[in-house]
Amino acid sequence: MTHSIAIYLFIMAGVTFAIRVLPLTLIRKQIKNRFLQSFLYYVPYVTLAVMTFPAIVQATQNPWAGLLALIVGVITAWFGAGLFQVSLACCIIVLIVEYFFV
Amino acid sequence: MNEHKKAHRTSENILQALKNGIRAGIPIGLGYFAVSFSLGIAARNAGLTPFQSFLASMLCNASAGEYAGFTTIAANATYLEIAIITIVANLRYLLMSCAMSQRLRPGFPLLHRLLMGFYLTDELFGIAISRPGFLDPYYTYGAVLVAGPAWGIGTALGNIAGNLLPDRLVSALSVALYGMFLAIIIPPSRKNKIIAGVVSISFAASLAASCLPYISALSQGTRTIILTLLISAGAAFLFPIPQSTDEEESK
Repeated sequence: MTHSIAIYLFIMAGVTFAIRVLPLTLIRKQIKNRFLQSFLYYVPYVTLAVMTFPAIVQATQNPWAGLLALIVGVITAWFGAGLFQVSLACCIIVLIVEYFFV
Repeated sequence: MNEHKKAHRTSENILQALKNGIRAGIPIGLGYFAVSFSLGIAARNAGLTPFQSFLASMLCNASAGEYAGFTTIAANATYLEIAIITIVANLRYLLMSCAMSQRLRPGFPLLHRLLMGFYLTDELFGIAISRPGFLDPYYTYGAVLVAGPAWGIGTALGNIAGNLLPDRLVSALSVALYGMFLAIIIPPSRKNKIIAGVVSISFAASLAASCLPYISALSQGTRTIILTLLISAGAAFLFPIPQSTDEEESK
């Protein structure tokens, strides 16, 4: 079965908007349940980490370039580089590695 | 008294907040442009036209959420599946939205709540919340004026130029998004050993899930959902975060 891109986009936009706007409009008090609070606290880190690795290694033509990009990204972010700088560092290391090995 | 003053702002006051926001939005817009370019490549791989990619970015304003959505579209998944993966990939905004709700002045208008929510991204949330006192919506709108279009146009150009660029360059740009994810998760890992542990376990579990029989047969989106629920629940159970006190709230 094929699906409509328009409906896919409509669902993505609607769900994304609902998630962002519902607490902002409905919740006027702090969440009291400690488990739920903690669970929501960890979710972003787990989701982004799971989506980053091993996908970054599979994204490049040469897997070693992706692995090096991961290492360079972790190191530059660790030492305080911003979003733009970390992204740029990852791109440049892939360019360099694949220039020699692809 | 203070609220009364804030409710009746002068136009110069609003203009100044907009200007400050635009200034803060320029570096964010530059980052968005580079990152959304690689998002456009993912959109193209999922079969979206440049205009559809532009629309997706202008409507969703979410890097990880859009990326997860595009890979799900590429897999020709069901509508229910894309709804679930969109919830999971964007769950962090639920928490940010909760946090933001604590920083709005009483009686903050609904229209502003909807607009602030629509543009609740990691970076815009970051700059808004980093300012003291109640949030100024016009500061966020100023940043949105720069960052919003940069995000949408970057995605469309990534979709178009992804076809024209040499494989080597596409390969390099494809990691920009992962670089951005690292820039979000690594700095907190440095400050907090538990987060560092959670991130490390997530990396290892994700690698294992992509190799092991049965679970590797599931779509990447479904694997992301399962691992996120399991690891976050486990971390919340073993290392519950310190409960915030009422004194902190009323600072």
